[in-house]
Amino acid sequence: MRVNLVKDPYNIVITGVGGQGNVMASRVLSNMLVRKGFKVTIGETFGMSQRGGSVMSHIRVSSASVWSPQIPKGAADLIVALEPIEAIRVLAGYGNPSVKVVVNLRPIYPVGVITGEEEYPSAETIRATVTALAAEARFLAATEEAIRLGNPILGNIIMIGAVAGLGVLPIDREIFERVIRDGMPAARVEGNLRAFAIGEASVALKSPPSQ
Amino acid sequence: MALDREQKEEAEVLLMGNEAIARGALEAGVRVAAGYPGTPSSEIIETLSRSSETGKLYVEWSTNEKVAMEVAAAASFAGLRSLCVMKQNGVNVASDFLLHLTGSGTRGGMVLVACDDPGALSSANEGESRHFARLMEIPLIEPADFQEAKEMTRWAFDLSEQIRNIVMVRSVTRMSHASGNVVLGTLPALEGKAEFLCDGPLSDPERGPVVSAPVMAKHRLQQEKLRKAIALFEKSPFNAYSGPEKPELLIITSSACTLYSREAVSRLHAEERAGILKLGTTWPLPPMLLKRHLRKTQKVLIVEEVLPFLEDHVKILAAEQAREIGIKTFYGKNDGALPTVGELNPDLVADAVGRILGIDPPAIPAEYGEKLRRLTEFLPKRDQTFCPGCPHRASYWGIREALQRDHRGGFVCGDIGCYAMATLSQAAGFHTAKTLHAMGSGTGIASGFGKLGPFGMTQPVLAVCGDSTFYHAAIPALINAIHQRADMTFIVLDNGGTAMTGFQSHPGLDVNAMGEAAPMVDIAAICGAMGVPVTIEDPFDLIGTRETLNRLLEEPGVKILILKQSCALSPEKKGKKRFLMRVDDTLCRGEACGCNRLCTRIFRCPGLLWNRERKRAEIDEVICAGCGFCAGICPAGAIRSEEAAKP
Repeated sequence: MRVNLVKDPYNIVITGVGGQGNVMASRVLSNMLVRKGFKVTIGETFGMSQRGGSVMSHIRVSSASVWSPQIPKGAADLIVALEPIEAIRVLAGYGNPSVKVVVNLRPIYPVGVITGEEEYPSAETIRATVTALAAEARFLAATEEAIRLGNPILGNIIMIGAVAGLGVLPIDREIFERVIRDGMPAARVEGNLRAFAIGEASVALKSPPSQ
Repeated sequence: MALDREQKEEAEVLLMGNEAIARGALEAGVRVAAGYPGTPSSEIIETLSRSSETGKLYVEWSTNEKVAMEVAAAASFAGLRSLCVMKQNGVNVASDFLLHLTGSGTRGGMVLVACDDPGALSSANEGESRHFARLMEIPLIEPADFQEAKEMTRWAFDLSEQIRNIVMVRSVTRMSHASGNVVLGTLPALEGKAEFLCDGPLSDPERGPVVSAPVMAKHRLQQEKLRKAIALFEKSPFNAYSGPEKPELLIITSSACTLYSREAVSRLHAEERAGILKLGTTWPLPPMLLKRHLRKTQKVLIVEEVLPFLEDHVKILAAEQAREIGIKTFYGKNDGALPTVGELNPDLVADAVGRILGIDPPAIPAEYGEKLRRLTEFLPKRDQTFCPGCPHRASYWGIREALQRDHRGGFVCGDIGCYAMATLSQAAGFHTAKTLHAMGSGTGIASGFGKLGPFGMTQPVLAVCGDSTFYHAAIPALINAIHQRADMTFIVLDNGGTAMTGFQSHPGLDVNAMGEAAPMVDIAAICGAMGVPVTIEDPFDLIGTRETLNRLLEEPGVKILILKQSCALSPEKKGKKRFLMRVDDTLCRGEACGCNRLCTRIFRCPGLLWNRERKRAEIDEVICAGCGFCAGICPAGAIRSEEAAKP
C-alpha cells in the first residue's frame, strides 16, 4: 500500500565529499522508496568527481513518473549533508524557503583550507547559516557516533536513519532492514541497523544530545 | 544492486542506466561482451562480468577499445550476439576498425554502446560519438529513460540482425550514471554454436570471407541496409509525441534531454502550448515521421547537448519538405537559444522555452535569494586532489624534488588516469605536469620533445603513464621513442589496476574480467625486451626514487622507471592503515621552522591539517590512510610513523 507524498516529485539532495558513502546512501534510500511502490530517479556522477571533490546525488521521488536526474535550481525539498559546508554549497544552488536540511557536523577540510589559502567556517557559523536558510534544520554528530560503532563510514547510514526520523517520507526501520538484508553481507547488517536507529532517534528527540 | 541471471522476471527494480543497458543485452541473449573501462561506461561490462558463464557468456576487459570491438566482431562473424562498450573517446580509438566493419557487415547481432560525457564530468574532453553514426553510415539509437535503456539495447540486437550491420546505442553520463525503476523482462536460453562460415565467394555476405571489398559493392549494400533501418525507424515505438495537436512550439529532443524538456514544460506550466517529439532513433532520421510532426506548428526548438547534430539533420529534412510543411523558425544551437558547450539541465531548457513562449521560469522569492547569496558567498571551494595515501602524490613529489635538483626546467608530459589530476590541478602535481591529451599521448609527445635537442631545447623531458594506459596505447609510442633515440625519461605509475574507473583488471594482473586466473603480461619484461634497462622503485621510498630519477635525467636516450605501489583504494589496502601517524609537538617548530608549512601548504595531503590556533601540523585520523610517506618530507622529522598493529 502506498502512502501519498507530501509533494510530487519530492526532491532530495544527498551531498558530501568523495569517499563518504554518498552513492551508497542514495542507493539505500532510493531502494527503500522503490520497494514502497514509488518511481525514483537518482542523478549522480562518479569517477573523477569523487577524488576529494564535492559529490551530490539528486533523488526525485514520484508516485507517477520518471523525472530529470537533475533537480532544477532552487527546488530541493530535503538536503542531507554528510559534510557541513556541502550543506551550504547545495543550499546556495537548490535552497528555497521551505527546504529541510539534515547536517552531519564533522568537517572534511578542502585542500585550500589545509594549505591556509582559505578559511573553514566555524561550527557556529555553519549552524547559523543553515538555520537561517532552511525551514527546518537538524544537526548530527554522525561521524563521531559512527566511530563509536566502530566504522566512520556508517555516518551515511546514521544520516539515512535521521531522514526516516524526520517523518517526511514513508520509510521506516522495517523497509530499511529488508533493503540492507538483501544488499549486504550478513556480517554488516547489525552495524547498519544500529547506525540507522541512532540516526532515527537523534532526530526524533526534541533536543538531541548532539544538537 | 543485485542484477544477475537469478533476478526475478517482471520484477520492478532500481537500476543504474548502465545496469539497464547490461540487462537489455542479457535479455537479448548476448554471448560475448568486450570493452575498455572509461567513465561513464564501465558499469556495463562490470555488470555483465557478474553474469559471465563458460560457454554461455564470455566477458572481457580488452587492452583498448579497438581490440574490444574486434573481439566482439569475431563473435558476430561466428553467428553469436555480441556487444562492445566504450566511452566517447574510445569510439575514436576503435573508429579505424569500425570504418571497415561497417563495410564488411556483421552476422550475429552486434551492438556498440558508446557513453558520452557532455560537460566533461569525468573526461578531458566532451567529444561526441553521435557524429560517428553518420560518418560510418550505421543506425544510431538513444534511450531517454532507464526502461528504454534496457528495451532499446535489447532491440538493437534484433535491428543489427535485420540489417546485418553494427548498431550504435548512445548514452550520456546523466543516463548511464543515473538510476530509476526498470521492469525486468525474460532471459532467453543461451544456445547456438559458434561457427564462422567462410567457404563462399567474396560477394556472399553470409558465407563468404568478411571483408569490406569489393568496396563499391559493399558500400552500396551498406547504404541499402541503412535505408532498411529508416523504414523500421518510421514505425519505431521509441519515437513518440506528447502534447497538443497544434502546439505553439514543437520541441524535438532525445536522450536525457527528453527528461529536461518535460521538466521545463512542466515548470513553465506550458503543457497546452508546447509539445515534445522525443526521438529514440536519431540517425538516420525517419523523414515521414518528422514531416508529420513538423506540420504541427511553425516554431521548432531542438534540445540536445553540445553540437547541433539533431538540429542540422532536422533542418535538412525540413528544407527538403518545405513545400509540404511550410517554412519553419528554428531555435536551438545556431540561434544561441541553447549553449554549444557543456551539459544541459532543466533550468537551461526552461529558460530557452520560456524565452520563446514569453513565460518567466519560476524563481525563488527575491528576499530569500538575496539572503542565500549573502550567507553562502564565504564558502571555501573544494578542489579535487589525490586521495590520502595515494602513490601518485608520492611519485609527483619525488619527480618534483628530482627536477628541482636538476635545475634545467624539466617537465612531465601527462596522460589519462587519476594521475591526470596533476595537469588539471597544477598544485596536485606540484606544478610538474604540463601536457594532457589522449591515452598514451604523453609518451608520444615526449618522444617528439625528446628530438628537439638539436633545435636548442635543453629541458629534460619526462612522460608518465599508468599501468592500464601502458597496455592501451603507450607501447607504440615507447617503441617509437626508443627507435628514434629520443631523449626522455618514461615513468610507469604502476598502481596495480585500472584504478580511476574502479579497479577493472588489465593484462598486468593474474585475473581477468570474469574472475578467472589469467597470465600476467609483465610491464618490466616488455620494456626490457625493447632493449632499454628498467629500474623499479617504490614511490613511497622518496630518497630512492629521487636519486634514481636524478641519475636517469643525466643519461641520453630513453630511460624507463617503474614506480610501483598499489592504489590507496585497492581492495587489499582500502580501510587498512599500515602506519599510525602523529605529529610530535616537541619537534614540529610550526611557523618558526622555516619550512613555511611544507607539509600542508605544498604537500597538501588531505590527511594533514594545520591547526591555526596552535600553529602546528596535525594528523586527521579519520582521513589519514596511514601510508607513512609524509614522515619523510618533514625537514624537522616531526611527522612520526609507527607500524600499525595487524588486525
